[in-house]
Amino acid sequence: MTDVFRDKIDIALSVNGEPVEARVPAGRHLIDFLRLDLGLTGAHASCEHGVCGACTVRVDGDAVRGCLMLAAQADGAEVWTIEGLSDSGAIRDLQDAFVARNALQCGFCTPGMLVACADLLTRDAVPARDEIREHLSGNYCRCTGYEAIVDAVESVAKARRGAA
Amino acid sequence: MTIPFGNPNRPNSYIGKTVPRPNAARLVEGRGRYVDDMILPRMVHVVYVRSPMAHARITGIDTAEALAVKGVLRVFTGADIAKVCTPWVAVLAHLKGLKSPPEHAIAVDRACWVGEPVAAVVATTRAAAEDGAALVDVDYDPLPVTGDMMTALDADTPVLHADMGDNLAFRRLHEEGDVDAVMASAHKVVSARFKTARHTGVTLEPRSILVDWNAPEGQLTAWHATQAPHMMQTVLAEHLGLPEGRVRVICGDVGGSYGIKVHVYPDEVATAAIAKIMGRPVKFIADRLESFTTDIHARDHEIAGRIAVAEDGEILAFDIDDWTAIGAYSVYPRTSAIEGNQVVNLCGGPYDFKDYRAQTTVVFQNKTPTCQYRAVGHPIAVAVTEGLVDMAAAELGMDPVAIRRRNMYADDCYPVTSPAKMRFEGLSHHASMDKLVALMDYDALRADQAEARKKGIHRGIGIASFIELTNPSPFMYGIGGARISAQDGCTVRMDPDGSLVALSGVTEQGQGTEAMLSQIVAEGVGVPPAQVRIITGDTQVTPYGGGTWASRGAGIGGEAALQAALALKAAILEVAAAMLQAQAGALDIRDGQVVDADTGQDRLSLAELGRIVYFRGDTLPKGLPRELVQTRHFITSEYPFAFTNGVQASYLEVDTDTGIVTLLKHWCVEDCGRIINPQLVDEQIRGGIVQGLGGALFEEIHYDAEGQLLNGSMADYLVPMAGEMPDMIIGHVETPTLESALGAKGAGEAGTAGAPAAVMNAINDALRPLGAQVTEMPFTPERILRALGRIED
Repeated sequence: MTDVFRDKIDIALSVNGEPVEARVPAGRHLIDFLRLDLGLTGAHASCEHGVCGACTVRVDGDAVRGCLMLAAQADGAEVWTIEGLSDSGAIRDLQDAFVARNALQCGFCTPGMLVACADLLTRDAVPARDEIREHLSGNYCRCTGYEAIVDAVESVAKARRGAA
Repeated sequence: MTIPFGNPNRPNSYIGKTVPRPNAARLVEGRGRYVDDMILPRMVHVVYVRSPMAHARITGIDTAEALAVKGVLRVFTGADIAKVCTPWVAVLAHLKGLKSPPEHAIAVDRACWVGEPVAAVVATTRAAAEDGAALVDVDYDPLPVTGDMMTALDADTPVLHADMGDNLAFRRLHEEGDVDAVMASAHKVVSARFKTARHTGVTLEPRSILVDWNAPEGQLTAWHATQAPHMMQTVLAEHLGLPEGRVRVICGDVGGSYGIKVHVYPDEVATAAIAKIMGRPVKFIADRLESFTTDIHARDHEIAGRIAVAEDGEILAFDIDDWTAIGAYSVYPRTSAIEGNQVVNLCGGPYDFKDYRAQTTVVFQNKTPTCQYRAVGHPIAVAVTEGLVDMAAAELGMDPVAIRRRNMYADDCYPVTSPAKMRFEGLSHHASMDKLVALMDYDALRADQAEARKKGIHRGIGIASFIELTNPSPFMYGIGGARISAQDGCTVRMDPDGSLVALSGVTEQGQGTEAMLSQIVAEGVGVPPAQVRIITGDTQVTPYGGGTWASRGAGIGGEAALQAALALKAAILEVAAAMLQAQAGALDIRDGQVVDADTGQDRLSLAELGRIVYFRGDTLPKGLPRELVQTRHFITSEYPFAFTNGVQASYLEVDTDTGIVTLLKHWCVEDCGRIINPQLVDEQIRGGIVQGLGGALFEEIHYDAEGQLLNGSMADYLVPMAGEMPDMIIGHVETPTLESALGAKGAGEAGTAGAPAAVMNAINDALRPLGAQVTEMPFTPERILRALGRIED
């Protein structure tokens, strides 16, 4: 097989602050690489075409759909999943707010939702409620009706502003 | 022993307080354990080949190419599976006349809807199984397709199941009084046709099952995303020919259910059959297209309704003709006749009237089967009832709130039996309406609406009262012959360190079952909730129970937990009394300490009592009972169902140029009896409302005339997202049921029951001055523009 059509790709990246080297099938999606090869099952595959947001992870600082990105494209990237963001304490206040406000029920959307919320809070320190709703409109939650999530994000934004 | 709920300052007063959910902290860290997160040694993956045709004879299946794919181990046809798995027939004896043909786990010679499994490919990886499935060559001989609901019984419509004789699955007519005479003489009769669209649940976690057959042990273990583990245990045992005691169903974290995961799905049973044949763990995870084509659908109804009213607004009669099409099979084991039956039971529900006629006609067609989905039948019955009430009010020139107050059952009239023969133990329609009107500041909202109208902005207010069926007794399924438990049980155990473990037959789907149970057990025994660990969802471990459906978890499972906790408390105090040489009745347990009931003074920690019982039992009086494990069960017996009530309101704006509806705000006042955890109840209601709003504005499964499902993706089947949803104000009235000491009724479905009707009435309130009206859900921009005459082609 020529180099152009090779079906296995060698990649080296950073996942949750740890170096990872792997040989992945060219068609392997990032979400499957994280879940199946690295055992990082926090983010989920659900709609598998970029609509529901359950697979959202952080790649080079951006909130990215793990089902729309190939693992091969993550070569050289810095990837953070809910596991790493939890261990580092980077979104502890957001997680605490989700628990306090019951901004999650079944929890299946939650890891992706938290990455999307964290993304908003780094871009806009004081988002209005309709801005929060707009930003989260790519993350589907069937359980909560969204209001508790909006409340949680709003409370964290206010708390961070107060602390700054 | 009882709990003095009237005293908010009582010791251990956890029931009625917002207490954090014990499982939430790990879910926000991504530490959920859903079925697809599990990997077992020697595990293989199954992918199903599904019928691309709505109706076809299967004339041949060539598996050679599929078997040649690297990683593919086996390919199974319907005939292969039928050797180890018997078909089922989804009927219930109390739904008289309901018929449905035998259904196989994999179609044997005929496929009856697009998506029905026709073969299974098992491989070492899911990717290989998918590659193999694409290469299974099935020969189909197309058969005539029955698609349309209203012509399903016409003489020239093909009969879907020839053995059945016709396409009628079920019909029920209920008549009370003389509707024709009342309609003939009434001051006004208003009639309308309503349509509710075919929906599906769109659980974010697709249906998931992992099954292992351990031949030496003779045990089948299924890790299953389900609402009803014990029901599934029974079903798998029966159809795979195993003793029930040799089937274990384990339900860990479940990524959303809403009724979707309480049914028996052919592919899931086939997965168990394949595990039994192959003797190794087999995993099936539906993909999103499979979710749309094979998760149960619901709510596909067309209804002609009439209401008769007197000049003063008194409601005299309702006349309801409901039709629903349920797809190709009645779904096992709950059947697909329940939804139509609920429409008959629930129409007119909040109102004190006498003459009632309702009929449901349930027909087969070549589409995905429909079955019970959150708030079963309620959104339909409430939309029809409340739509007609608003239309009658408009005809009479009455205010929508006023006509409801004129007709709702008085708060002091209970118990009462409705014209549909539903028995209400105690409801609070008027108190709930009063609270709603105050919460929304109804008069101010009307003033705002009038101001906006002057500026050419069309806003509408919609009100919807409703009743909701919760806490079902065996009258729901058991009397019809289904092995579905209406009873539930709880075992509460005190371990040596004084901590408690409670094992319950109800399950956690995210609604907060674990929190609710921990609060009840904590208060019942007298320890902080954090000292209680909850275990659910394992048929080999927990007491036998029904699981989570029909809003029964708190009302049934909660009462069992309370009684078990109180029994454990009594057992602990008996030991404590012996140790302290006191009377058990003079002692109490508070914050994990045995105390003097009168003074509250600490006498003995539970940890010390545990140490003595478990390690120094020799020091206790010989023969002293020391049973620190107690089990109690609960079943309702006075009423077939514990009805709840509530009322919702929607305020919205209709853009008459684009047809777009913008939801401005939503209110709900609900009476679910005793509230155990206010925050969890509020969030159940909010989530339920949004699910109802989806049905009102967005959700609709489309089929073409050939029975092809046209919008099987989340880009094409629209669900509510954060941007379109309003903030919601929730209020409560509490009328505890007297059937239990706890007094809790269900709260999980009220939001979904009333929201579509509130939105419909609000849209029509906005459109009424323009002479337009919509009654076909979802209320898309196109339908609104057509109603306004803006689109005519």
